[in-house]
Amino acid sequence: MLRCGTRFPFPTVTKGLPVSTSTTAPHHRVPPPAPAPVPTAAQRRRSLLHRLDVKGTPYLLVTPFFLFFAAFGLFPLIYTGWVSLHSVSTLTPNQMTWNGVGNYTMLVHDQVFWKSLRNTVTIGLLSAVPQLLAALGLAHLLNYRLRGQLFLRVALLTPYATSVAAAALIFQFVFQQNDAGFANWALHLFGLGPVAWESGTWSSQLAVATIVMWRWTGYNTLIYLAAMQAVPGDLYEAAALDGTSRWQQFRHVTIPSLRPTILFTVIVSAIGSLQLFGEPYLFGGSGQGINGGPDNQYSTLALYVYRLAFNSEHLGRAAAVAWVIFFIAVVVGALNAVLVRRLRASA
Amino acid sequence: MTLSSVVATGPTSTVGPTRRRWRGSGAGRQHHGGPIAHLVLVVVAIASLFPLYFSVVAASTSQTRIARTPPPLVPGGNLLRNLRAVWDYNGPGGHTLGLAMVNSVIVASAVTVSTVLFATLAGFAFAKLRFTGRNALLVFVVATIAVPPQLSVLPLFQLMSGLHWTDRLQAVILPGLVTAFGVFFMRQYLSQALPTELLEAARMDGANSWRIVWHVVVPVARPAMAVLGMLTFVQAWNDFLWPLIALTPSGNPTLQVALASIGGGYDINEAVIMAGAVVATVPLLVAFAVFGKQIVGGVMQGAVKG
Repeated sequence: MLRCGTRFPFPTVTKGLPVSTSTTAPHHRVPPPAPAPVPTAAQRRRSLLHRLDVKGTPYLLVTPFFLFFAAFGLFPLIYTGWVSLHSVSTLTPNQMTWNGVGNYTMLVHDQVFWKSLRNTVTIGLLSAVPQLLAALGLAHLLNYRLRGQLFLRVALLTPYATSVAAAALIFQFVFQQNDAGFANWALHLFGLGPVAWESGTWSSQLAVATIVMWRWTGYNTLIYLAAMQAVPGDLYEAAALDGTSRWQQFRHVTIPSLRPTILFTVIVSAIGSLQLFGEPYLFGGSGQGINGGPDNQYSTLALYVYRLAFNSEHLGRAAAVAWVIFFIAVVVGALNAVLVRRLRASA
Repeated sequence: MTLSSVVATGPTSTVGPTRRRWRGSGAGRQHHGGPIAHLVLVVVAIASLFPLYFSVVAASTSQTRIARTPPPLVPGGNLLRNLRAVWDYNGPGGHTLGLAMVNSVIVASAVTVSTVLFATLAGFAFAKLRFTGRNALLVFVVATIAVPPQLSVLPLFQLMSGLHWTDRLQAVILPGLVTAFGVFFMRQYLSQALPTELLEAARMDGANSWRIVWHVVVPVARPAMAVLGMLTFVQAWNDFLWPLIALTPSGNPTLQVALASIGGGYDINEAVIMAGAVVATVPLLVAFAVFGKQIVGGVMQGAVKG
């Protein structure tokens, strides 16, 4: 009985108003005819504690997240912008000298920066476009009833469990420059000449993109598969009644239903490309990895950040490149928001 | 929350093994896959597994065999010797792969436990509790999901150098303690799986918030916590850029940092490098072999948040 007047912090109860809901006792609305019995000190303390509990707990619950996120995520992110306005040597990382936009003006004339930006886009496209198209097709196939269904799914997801470091080392062997490399040997079987996987521009970018593709195609396949299984079956039934072929059903039922998921994977891939670091760094090995190849032909923006900061020891200039990446990520995010809104409006 | 969802509860029934769903619904998915579908998928499965097989093969041969054409396709007899060599391989500072593996286990476990715990607490608050500023804070969480964490590494490096924490494990653990994705994931799950009536009933019985969290929320959240834990562990185990900056291969590396340094070594033969890749990959592959079904289900559930 004591509890029946308590307000719950749950959505069913209008917060802060003693308006009755199904859970509040009706006598709250009726003015008490006689002065209510004075609550004892113990009761008052208990109800105060209870109020504190109800009011304060939500904040206590979310505090650890926001605390750690602010300290190790948000603050460093914003502080990167501040660092980018300074000259800082990585050897004395906490001595910063004001440099205004000097680091940015240097970037404008920095050939490696522009090259890395270009490479980030081309490697991103080389890895994401075939990867997502393949994932879409594979998800469609996995959506059939199959023998060994579980095995196929686990097998496709296995590369996702392989670390960048291990994958890059393995693919370094696959894409060796000379005939001993697995890729060149396989090409040779088909009468195709050896490809310069390490020194060529497109070939090396393709090799780096292959590592990305290998690791993430299965993951995206399962994401598409999950979305396909959420498509209501009657859509297909209606399409089948109209006499459409399976290919038409795929094009006109499956793909439109998957649009939000496809957009999601495109955005995730774009953000992933902006962060591409381990694959080119390790693909180049100890000699060329840091430069993204002898001619920077597979240097990416994230790799260039690392190189500026921990090879050239220019922390400030590295921060400027990081801030450029952040700017691009914000643009991508905004684009995403606009597209999502348009999708919702058209739906 | 409708009444029916309360009645149907039992945490397992809502999270559900995905199998029932894909058998039951949808005319399109009831077709049997033909031989071509099987063939294509088997080829892709082989392509997915082959590089890993190739690494085992390469790790079981010798330097001279690796360099010869055609490349080795069947295992040789040197696997144990190469594993031994890479396990005993001393970096410039005398580290061994064993230390790196222990470090990776510590880092990935700490990051996983804390991410899951804090995501569950915050996810519950966002899903089921009312408080001023809730919506604004949630929008903030969602907006930060897509922010690349790698952009924070430069100030983090300044911070950790200032604290003289480089080469200490806390430098790698602290930035991984929470993720916005985790909070959002748990919120999405709990707002569906946790009946509000159940919370109200617990309140009625006089439970305070902490007892509700431990005795009502956590039991319901457990399946999603397991999923989030698996995803987080894989990510933490394979994390590369920040550990590479914060830890040195010769000092106190994680497995990935040690592996990168072994891969770049000049004094080490290539079969031994491949053995290192095998060592770094095997723990997660074993987990995949054992929990493959759950991990596949987890990735698919994590996906439906879009």
